[in-house]
Amino acid sequence: MSLLEIKGLNLSIAGKPILRDVDLTVAKGEIVAVTGESGSGKSITAFSIMQLLPEGAEISGAIQLDGTELTTLPETRLCALRGARIGMVFQEPMSALNPVKTIGDQVAETILIHGAMPKDQARAQAHEMLDRVGLPPDQFSPTRFPHELSGGQRQRVVIAMAIALRPDLLIADEPTTALDVTTQAQILDLLKGLVAEFDMGLLMITHDLAVVSDMADRIVVMRAGEVVETGPTRQLFARMRHPYTRMLFEASRHSVDLPEKHSSEPLLSVQNVVRAYRLPRTKLFAPAEYHRAVDRVSFTLRKGERLGLVGESGCGKSTLTRAILGLEPVQGGQILLNGASVYTERGADLAVRRGMQVVFQDPFGSFNPRHRVARLITEPYHLLEKSPSGAARADAVAEALRAVGLSPDDAGKYIHEFSGGQRQRIAIARALIIKPDLILFDEAVSALDVSVRARILDLVAELCESHDLSYLFISHDLSVVRTITDRVLVMRAGRIVEEGETEQVFSHPTHPYTRALIAAAPVLPDIDTQHRSHPHV
Amino acid sequence: MLRYTLKRLISLVLSLAVASLVIFAVIEIAPGDPALFMLGVNAQPDTLAALRTELGLDASKPDRYLAWVGGMLQGDFGTSYTYRTPVAGMIADRLWVSLPLTIYALVISILLAFPAGIYAASRRGKMGDAAMMGTTQLGVAIPNFWFAMMLVLVFAVNLRWFNAGGFPGWDKGVWTGLHALTLPAIALALPQASILARVMRSALLDVLGEDFMRTARAKGLSRGQALWRHGLRNALIPVLTIIGLQVSFLLAGAIIIEQVFYLPGLGRLIFQSINSRDLIVVESVVMLLVFVVITVNFLVDLAYALVDPRLRTRT
Repeated sequence: MSLLEIKGLNLSIAGKPILRDVDLTVAKGEIVAVTGESGSGKSITAFSIMQLLPEGAEISGAIQLDGTELTTLPETRLCALRGARIGMVFQEPMSALNPVKTIGDQVAETILIHGAMPKDQARAQAHEMLDRVGLPPDQFSPTRFPHELSGGQRQRVVIAMAIALRPDLLIADEPTTALDVTTQAQILDLLKGLVAEFDMGLLMITHDLAVVSDMADRIVVMRAGEVVETGPTRQLFARMRHPYTRMLFEASRHSVDLPEKHSSEPLLSVQNVVRAYRLPRTKLFAPAEYHRAVDRVSFTLRKGERLGLVGESGCGKSTLTRAILGLEPVQGGQILLNGASVYTERGADLAVRRGMQVVFQDPFGSFNPRHRVARLITEPYHLLEKSPSGAARADAVAEALRAVGLSPDDAGKYIHEFSGGQRQRIAIARALIIKPDLILFDEAVSALDVSVRARILDLVAELCESHDLSYLFISHDLSVVRTITDRVLVMRAGRIVEEGETEQVFSHPTHPYTRALIAAAPVLPDIDTQHRSHPHV
Repeated sequence: MLRYTLKRLISLVLSLAVASLVIFAVIEIAPGDPALFMLGVNAQPDTLAALRTELGLDASKPDRYLAWVGGMLQGDFGTSYTYRTPVAGMIADRLWVSLPLTIYALVISILLAFPAGIYAASRRGKMGDAAMMGTTQLGVAIPNFWFAMMLVLVFAVNLRWFNAGGFPGWDKGVWTGLHALTLPAIALALPQASILARVMRSALLDVLGEDFMRTARAKGLSRGQALWRHGLRNALIPVLTIIGLQVSFLLAGAIIIEQVFYLPGLGRLIFQSINSRDLIVVESVVMLLVFVVITVNFLVDLAYALVDPRLRTRT
């Protein structure tokens, strides 16, 4: 018999059906991955098992853990079960821990709340678990607070909390989505090791097919609240019976053909740029210390070039982006656009700045919800000395919307009427409207589902053809950068450690850090070679 | 933590220095010559000049400022123009009423507000929450002088449990003193408790939506346990801010309640001295209130750091 058995699970919230007839099993020592795009119901399936559902949720069907039916279990018995027999790891390590309690106490709490052992023993057990997840107490004191740890370290604490009582089943909801690739690889290894060591069942929720294919014994593909396909990993990838599975797979490794562009004329020239932050003083009379977030970075982006910038969080790529946009002063070097400096003595030079536009990561947070689309996308007009008005303005809006595949009628709508992918199109329209020489894409597709991402990448490729785009594409996602750029810069700790033709860098990385990055990135299984125009990361 | 405390302490001293300058300057600009006021419009010029010398009004402004601040540092607040008694003594007498009243009201306010806020938050959207929020809405809306008169009518006039007003002094015993302050304290506490309960509720609801509360539930904590162990302390920051503001308000903002209950408090003192142009008293009371506000803020800052470890390391 399976450890976890879900049969015919239906769930609706306030009368709206969320899950339909979901079947799922996890055996001891087995890793089952649930995958699908946002809104597929994969997370809510996990919370159904924990019986931690939002108000107004109605559930029918069976969820059995070792033969115990969970849907009808009284709350007190569920509390005894949660944390003891089922552990859970969440997506956001930054917010999953209580900021005002030490990590040692938080791990020990799992043990104490179930009355498993006396206090001093629980503490010892907590330290042992922290040690097991790679936070040895002699290096990472259990008296530390969460804010004193990095994202990866916090995720280790969350895992230690979840496994402190050696549960039979561990549920991990997008456990590595918020982490860098190298950290992701370590956390995935840790989870794999724990499953083998404790003989746990692991139910892993993830949108990332490459992670799934590396980790899982079996895969469950969900769409719109239903399981569309399930099977052992290798078999499932080999057959892909359901068109949705195939679509997910294709979209995950989507590649675009960029038009050839050759120009040697420099557009953006970054020369020896330094951006230093003053550190808080540790001694009263000692000279202030500085942290160089960007450390003597130089590169040139030529007209028509599509340049990628990759690196992990904290490497300085966002700081560099802001410096290029003239949003932050630099402490050394210069940034030239078309030969003119972005900075004057009194801050950013607007005449130069109007040559650049940016598309940000978050399609939800980067628009004012109270403005209509027409006003949102004409915002860059304030950079112009004379902005078009009346019919000319309406025409420009219509043209920009058409260019990104939306209808001119959308100009009168508010931003909440659009999906994430459409919002990102609007963000691109906003960047295009003043016909800038250079666009900066700052993690512009990172928050999107794979199918939406594929279409946005197509759009960017089309715009390269129709609008002669030159852009700097900043991303942590190597597979995206590989297909959407001609040349790539690899950044680490404020410096550019490798630079070259994208394909060259990805297939023959020379710097050890680049090699480590590429090695850590999860890979989709290679199932057919004939359809592929580009190899993939 | 030490750096944090030191930094707050320096800011406290600087704030006080700036405040004393501003208070002095504002009172200087205010119209009305205290000496003329005391002697009446028909005063002889030489009598007036003599009084001005006696009161120290003819010294230069910087000298008077320094004398005032220097005196205060040594506990000498000067002499009242009208009563010819040391201001320090007058303030001390009033403080013996106002301070206990403030603390009394604050304690009642917290004792009412915390359970009410926690209860409402834990029953969000249900009947209990709606009833509690309705009650606090009423508590905010009712003018406190009216509520005070109702209290007098019910508990003093009809039931005769309390005196309708006046303060017998602490020498009649602590119990008698507290008894006399009970109705005013309740009248003062009700609107404050209503505001505090609403802040507590919304702060808790914010925290209940946090990811770490879900983590706590996934560990096996019940709803109530998660609220107590993880919710409350995180919700305290906004609540502390409001409590800090309320202390200062209660100390000086009780003028109306002091009038209703005929209490010799600070509010009345400041009101009377403004009427009689007793500028030295006004200056000193205002300075004292500023001192209290700034000190309470300092204590609230320290309390923040105790509640939230992230503030301890920040500079």
